[in-house]
Amino acid sequence: MQVSMTVNGQQRTDEVEPRMLLAHHLRDNLGLTATNIGCDSTSCGACTVIVDGLSVKSCTVLALQAEGSQVTTLEGLAGEDGELHPVQAAFQSEHGLQCGFCTSGMVMASVGVLAANPNPTDREVREGLEGNLCRCTGYHNIVQAVLKAAEAGPVAGQVPQSQEVSA
Amino acid sequence: MIPSPFDYVRVSSVDEAVAALAEHGEDAKILAGGHSLLPIMKLRLAIPSVLIDISGIADLNYVRVDGDQVAIGAGTRHHDLENSDVAKAEVPLLPHVASRVGDPQVRHRGTLGGTVAHCDPASDLPTALLALGADVVLAGPNGRRTVPITEFFLGFFETAMEEGELIVELRVPRTGDAGWAYEKFTRRENDWPIVSAAVAHLPGGGVGVALANMGGVVLKATAVEAALAEGKSIEEAAALAAEGTSPSSDMHADAEYRSHLARLLTRRALAVAAGEAEASTAESTAAA
Repeated sequence: MQVSMTVNGQQRTDEVEPRMLLAHHLRDNLGLTATNIGCDSTSCGACTVIVDGLSVKSCTVLALQAEGSQVTTLEGLAGEDGELHPVQAAFQSEHGLQCGFCTSGMVMASVGVLAANPNPTDREVREGLEGNLCRCTGYHNIVQAVLKAAEAGPVAGQVPQSQEVSA
Repeated sequence: MIPSPFDYVRVSSVDEAVAALAEHGEDAKILAGGHSLLPIMKLRLAIPSVLIDISGIADLNYVRVDGDQVAIGAGTRHHDLENSDVAKAEVPLLPHVASRVGDPQVRHRGTLGGTVAHCDPASDLPTALLALGADVVLAGPNGRRTVPITEFFLGFFETAMEEGELIVELRVPRTGDAGWAYEKFTRRENDWPIVSAAVAHLPGGGVGVALANMGGVVLKATAVEAALAEGKSIEEAAALAAEGTSPSSDMHADAEYRSHLARLLTRRALAVAAGEAEASTAESTAAA
């Protein structure tokens, strides 16, 4: 079946099997391989992307369910000039990663956390990231990075494309 | 993991959904948020030949007061229920329990009707709906009918829904300021409950008490409710919480431990609902 969605600001129309998951569509059809597939069972959050302003686990969404949606992946966060999004910059400066596999999902989920709560406490960041697992157990610096990103203000909870991230 | 092949039908009204169910028969499944159905399809535990996507039905997503009840559209996502001002004012147990389901990403997709239809014995919101004495409104080939939730959950992943029906609305009493509590025990914050207890003081008098994961289906703690109705103390009533249950033993907990948790969490929930104790936090529950 045909599916159309706006991905990182670009209109994309593709032919997909109904059973194709959004994560596979992004990676295999659109070549956006920052979205990682970890557990493949809605637990680890590595495949987190933002759909119509809300963080979702793309391993548990059909590509067809994103028909007509605005989708943002990690590739869509940086500005056109390559300037890092505040959450990306904070993950870099606070070294919010170890092996890096969970990082793209962590960054996207963190944007969602900051959209819902621009000035979170340490506890609120941890609760907001409860759906994202870091098997290196590098949570401390990840939480520090989100708190650091919050210092940039509301922009840390927004994506560059003209769409709202609401929670 | 990839589901078996299926045909996909998108509908834009309840009538279209009912017609599609009639056309495609028992091998068709309703898809809403997909956060119960897609995981079991990926595991090939469910192999429907047709998915009927109802997420585009705009008028299935609402929380509104209707007489002495709150009516909630079956397509209402957990995130919307969690943040509904109407729900917070009229039936605060439900938005609180919605906030305890899974994680933010899951709550952005999962729907109230979906979790009720899925009928998992360990699910949070069905337990709260049972404590509240909700009504389940179904649409099918013969029109609409309402089933009390006490008659809806029949057994392990088995409900009173007939072939060709789908859930369109959940109705709960307006409990307002009356006492309520949800005490959930998990190893990790975003997990399913190993056991949980929901308590709601009901408008007609009486206290609704329900338990998750104490058998093949979410259960009313009928012995506890009866003891409270007879004027027994919270301690005396909560001691009966495991009566009539048949908890399983698995890698998380054995049946005896689950029975202990049922008594403990019921006692705590009753005390919180009565204003005699503070609700447990994630940290204090983990230290139980």
